Amino acid sequence: MIIFQNVSKIYNGNGHQVVALEDVSFTINPKEFVSIVGKSGAGKSTIVKLLIGEEKPTKGRIIFSSYDVNKLKKSELPQLRRHIGVIFQDFRLLPNKTAFENVAFALEVAGRLQSDIEELVPQALEMVGLKDKMFNFPRELSGGEKQRVAIARAMINHPDLIVADEPTGNLDPINTLEIVRLLLKINELGTTVILATHNKEIVNYINRRVISLENGRIIRDEEKGKYILV
Amino acid sequence: MLTTLFRIIKYGFLGFWRNGWLSTATLSIIVLALLVFEGLMIFNVLTKNALETIQNKIDISVYFKTNIPEDDILKIKKSLEGLAEVKSVEYISRDKALEIFKERHKGEETIIQSLEELKDNPLLASLNIKAHNPKEYTIIADYLEKANFKVWFEKVTYTQNAMAIERLSRIIDTAEKGGLALIIFLTLIAVLVTFNTIRLAIYSTREEIGIMRLVGASNSFIRGPYVVEGIIYGLLAGILSVIIALPIIYFISPYVRIFIPEMNLWSYFTSNLAGILGYQLLFGVGLGVVSSVIAVRKYLRV
Repeated sequence: MIIFQNVSKIYNGNGHQVVALEDVSFTINPKEFVSIVGKSGAGKSTIVKLLIGEEKPTKGRIIFSSYDVNKLKKSELPQLRRHIGVIFQDFRLLPNKTAFENVAFALEVAGRLQSDIEELVPQALEMVGLKDKMFNFPRELSGGEKQRVAIARAMINHPDLIVADEPTGNLDPINTLEIVRLLLKINELGTTVILATHNKEIVNYINRRVISLENGRIIRDEEKGKYILV
Repeated sequence: MLTTLFRIIKYGFLGFWRNGWLSTATLSIIVLALLVFEGLMIFNVLTKNALETIQNKIDISVYFKTNIPEDDILKIKKSLEGLAEVKSVEYISRDKALEIFKERHKGEETIIQSLEELKDNPLLASLNIKAHNPKEYTIIADYLEKANFKVWFEKVTYTQNAMAIERLSRIIDTAEKGGLALIIFLTLIAVLVTFNTIRLAIYSTREEIGIMRLVGASNSFIRGPYVVEGIIYGLLAGILSVIIALPIIYFISPYVRIFIPEMNLWSYFTSNLAGILGYQLLFGVGLGVVSSVIAVRKYLRV
């Protein structure tokens, strides 16, 4: 269960204030697949950052299962983040680690045994179709492959939630479709998925709940929604 | 716990190895900094030795009139030894003085011959007084000047050499102070250069630190490998700096001997190799670890 309660986020920069989110409230139930849509600057990424504790809200409350996210201490954040798998537009893989090591890293930080790692990582990489590129470094992989490594890393800890922030922004249509199918598959296996995107085609293809943002406010929240351009 | 430690050490080594060029560049700068530190250690030993050699050459000699019995001279020696400023007092009897004189002029026939023509030993008994600190000779000279046994003295060398001794003591003082300032200044430079180099190396991986945080790595798990890398830098740089210094010392050792004959730099270096290596490792590892911890801290705030 994810709850955003009257959340506002205002950035202070060079003497003027930028409102990123204004009085945003919504609830996401376990196992839901929710797309958050809107133009660049609508506040999609801010929601992602608030959810994983990268930023603190100016006002309001954010709850993720048993965590009161904005009340967590810095030392408690790693614990929260091990329950959330995050996927970014720019992949954010560790450049000096192989695909295997990148995925294994998420297990290592959680203190999992080496034997678990050797069993689970190849499985995860196989699921995203990269078993034969396990020992390649990110620089030796294409954009789509990098994003699939990132997805394998995000789901390796069996998180309760996967947050994807514009995961297809840097990919061609074929790779985009593959990534979206992977996210749907992960959701079918019982993980909540939040997808922040401005890609109209994929939102309409997914055909699930859509929360539309504009200038930091929610303008529409529909079950089985479409991305309607304003 | 043990697995985590093992992983931290593994990633430390991997990071060092996979960032090959960056590691090599960082390492060579730290080696240079450690060479400066090593040079300072040697400079310190050299100046100390040179100053000691000069100091040992300074003394006050009191020559006694020929009619003063040895017992009385020895009594004066004892009273002088009681002074806090006095390091040592050496008694040279008239016979001993003659012996030394003959030894010094061995082979110079005319001098030896003219000496033998004299019936009596012309040399005087003396006390050679050395002070702990060259500045203290004035105090000792003062004491001798005011002593009631002053009438027994034939001459006191201090009065003749006072100027030279004072000037030397001033030079020694300045050299010690200047040496200390130089050491502090250069050590500071070595520390800052090392710190900045490690900081730059870590700066280039700041995005990775952010990624690790987002994946849920704790601060200690992120910091650990950098600390391990710092230790590797320190160890390797310490060993390399000593290996590089060995041929340099071997080459300059004979030149040092020209200036300070008592000093054999090569044998000093080789006999103190373990100690020097120890200091280098301590300095290198300490600096590597502290720099890493400080530099990483800045990027752990995501």
